[in-house]
Amino acid sequence: MDIEILSRAQFAFTIAFHFLFPPLTIGLGLNLVVMSGLWMKTRNPIYHNMGRFWTKVFGLIFAIGVATGIVMEFQFGTNWATYSRFVGDVFGSPLAIEGIYAFFLESGFLAILLFGWDKVGPRLHFFSTCMVALGAHFSAIWILVANSWMQTPAGFHLAKKIKLTADGVQHPYSAELAEGTFKIKEVPLPEDYILQQSDLDSIRAVITDFWAMVFNPSSMDRLVHTILACWLAGTFLVISISAYYLLKKRHIPFAKASMRIGLTLAAITTVLQFWSADSTARGVAENQPVKLAAIEGLADSTTEAPLGIIGMVSWERDDDGNIIGINESALKVPALLSILVSGDFLHPFKASEVEVKGLNDLPSDEFILARHPDATPAEIKKIRPDYWPNVPVVFQTYHIMIACGVALFAIAWLGLALWKTGRLWVVDSKFTRLYLIACIFSVFLPQLASQAGWFTAEMGRQPWIVYEILKTSEALSKAVRAEQVLFSLILFTLIYLLLFLVFAYTLNTKIKHGPSDDVSGAQLPEKWRSIAILEKERHDNSE
Amino acid sequence: MEFDLPTFWFLLVGVLFTGYAMLDGFDLGVGALHLFTKTDDERRIMLNSIGPVWDGNEVWLVTGGGALFAAFPEVYATVFSGFYDAFMLLLFALIFRAVAIEFRSKQPGRFWRRAWDCGFAGGSVLSSFLIGVAMGNVVWGIPLDKSHEFTGNILTLLHPYSLLLGLTTVALFMMHGNIYLILKTEGELQAKLGRWVKITIPIFMVLFLTVGLITPFLCPHIKTAFNERPIILTLFFTLALLLAFNIPREVHKKREFRAFLSSCGTMLSLMTLFAASVYPTMVFSTPNIENSLTIYNGSSTEKTLQFMMIVALIGVPIVLTYTASVYYIFRGKVVITEESY
Repeated sequence: MDIEILSRAQFAFTIAFHFLFPPLTIGLGLNLVVMSGLWMKTRNPIYHNMGRFWTKVFGLIFAIGVATGIVMEFQFGTNWATYSRFVGDVFGSPLAIEGIYAFFLESGFLAILLFGWDKVGPRLHFFSTCMVALGAHFSAIWILVANSWMQTPAGFHLAKKIKLTADGVQHPYSAELAEGTFKIKEVPLPEDYILQQSDLDSIRAVITDFWAMVFNPSSMDRLVHTILACWLAGTFLVISISAYYLLKKRHIPFAKASMRIGLTLAAITTVLQFWSADSTARGVAENQPVKLAAIEGLADSTTEAPLGIIGMVSWERDDDGNIIGINESALKVPALLSILVSGDFLHPFKASEVEVKGLNDLPSDEFILARHPDATPAEIKKIRPDYWPNVPVVFQTYHIMIACGVALFAIAWLGLALWKTGRLWVVDSKFTRLYLIACIFSVFLPQLASQAGWFTAEMGRQPWIVYEILKTSEALSKAVRAEQVLFSLILFTLIYLLLFLVFAYTLNTKIKHGPSDDVSGAQLPEKWRSIAILEKERHDNSE
Repeated sequence: MEFDLPTFWFLLVGVLFTGYAMLDGFDLGVGALHLFTKTDDERRIMLNSIGPVWDGNEVWLVTGGGALFAAFPEVYATVFSGFYDAFMLLLFALIFRAVAIEFRSKQPGRFWRRAWDCGFAGGSVLSSFLIGVAMGNVVWGIPLDKSHEFTGNILTLLHPYSLLLGLTTVALFMMHGNIYLILKTEGELQAKLGRWVKITIPIFMVLFLTVGLITPFLCPHIKTAFNERPIILTLFFTLALLLAFNIPREVHKKREFRAFLSSCGTMLSLMTLFAASVYPTMVFSTPNIENSLTIYNGSSTEKTLQFMMIVALIGVPIVLTYTASVYYIFRGKVVITEESY
């Protein structure tokens, strides 16, 4: 098999597996801060039990996240060495910062969170909870910065290594000169320079402006979008497990309190996510029009572009099997895509006049001519599909993500309504039971949405690894052969399968074991007991 | 001597990997010793001696890798792609270890615990061994072409010298883990661990002396380094030996913490010795020594190194402060509680 396919498959598989866990820790981190904050404020032991239970779940997920996370950092070097050489000056920094500022913070304070109940007081413990959550968020920031730079590169220029002899003459880097007679220098290339495969020995991306790299055109939108998705992942885990306890009529006070926290966070976050999704998509329209046309399955450029809800896209091929276009059939809302792209919701009729480019015009003729200087118009048409991502797939992944988002919104707000009308706790009502069952399975929706969203983002970037600069096929390790990757991919598959089974089994055991139901405060750590305000006293005080 | 950014980064990457060796070194060592105790109680104590800290210790490797990527991308790309099979095995071993720690005590079944015990020990031994093999190859040199691409295969990397360094690393980590366990245990188990020191230290010493004495004869480039800085190299070689000799003395006098510091000192001296014998080269190329990667032809631009230096100078002291605090909070002997592994 082809090493490019194998390396991409391995990266996709290992990152997809890894990415089941960090969203949960980021989202649970937020939930833990709220729970511990409520404990600090109310001194009600129920919140302590809550923190204690969810911390255990957090610890389990974090351990798998660490174990599978190292793999990701190694893979840039093992499988994508040419990429690493080319972008190292720009791309390495966020990864190093992530290590120094995020991972140490998270893992250091997690020790206190998990094992420090009897060793530190409530204040320091709360502080540790905040630091763990902060560390989890920091790591999201830097990895999103790095990934967004691949989507919308900024703050760098290409530089070519040359050999400079003492007499001031510049020789190409490949020139054979006697040792010691020359110096190696890097000269910047013009902004519109187009990288050739043969350049990769002597040209690399070099940083010019660190903050422009960090705040590249897509990083902040994508960061917010991903963090909100992570909050949903963690929050719906809380909702799911609480719903399970409610249905089973176990740990009721705990489940009710957890459910309230979960639903409140979910209701807020789903709304924020619509706003962020809109902003992110508009960024894609502006910075990566090919990706926008692909995820919407838009063939021809048009005004009043419709927004697809559900449908199918397939390749249109000529007699030789070459891709020449797309066939699309979908249920659509007329003109909505044009309106969303314009962002002018107050003047929908004017907004619907906005033209959205379709794949038959993307990338532009100039873009293709610059890379294939002698192409005739007919050839340009033939070359164009080489610069498209896998449209049938990204169309589906994108729409799966949106469908999940809408479903999560509905679940969260329906839950909120049931809670506020007092029907959520009437577990014997048929409707409530149905709702709680839906809640139990709702934990899969944010996961599905995150995975689908990331596949859209990454596959939608193809054929580029660094958007419109370096192709994925040119970025592989030259020292690695396909059989090596095949072997490691098989091993990863087996080990991760085992890992997942054991994870699911252990999580299940933890859930079955459940939280402590002690409200007397007797099970609190010694140092904490004196500050707890127990149910009885609470009652006395209110009288 | 004027300030040289690549040298600063060479030192910083060195500090991170030394941190990893010193901290995760004892985790891996504890893992390697794990199967030598038989009862479940003792095994749990050993496991929980590293329980709160092992994942934080592994972060040193992640950050070291990240720093290498940022500061020396050529080195990172060459080594990681060249050592593909070895590093994949290392990843699998580290994953197995992590998972074994996490899952072992979650179920009471005998078979369950035995299986994960083996995973924990096997993962730890294999990780230590592969780290040693990788270091052995860096010293020995690997075949590189003009564009610094590795041209060998896995068998190129498995020669007697690198295997010997792999064994030495396992022995070093076992010794280090042994001392750490003495620090964290009490009573009968501690007495037993005290007896083990009489085996783990001599094994390491013999291997270390062998490596130290044959390296200059087998690796011409290390001989060159020795001729250039004989005093530094001899000093740290002797220091490593003396500190290792000091460990049994401190154990005998029941000064556990000083024994542990001695062990850390040994590792620090070893890493300094390693760095001083290769500097300014990061990866030797054999047979074509002119294709070697140095801190100059393998580094990022000055701009990146400078910016990241500021980032590191702010971040690393903060990290050291709270890492030390965490170790301080978890000082003292292991007590098994509800939260334990």
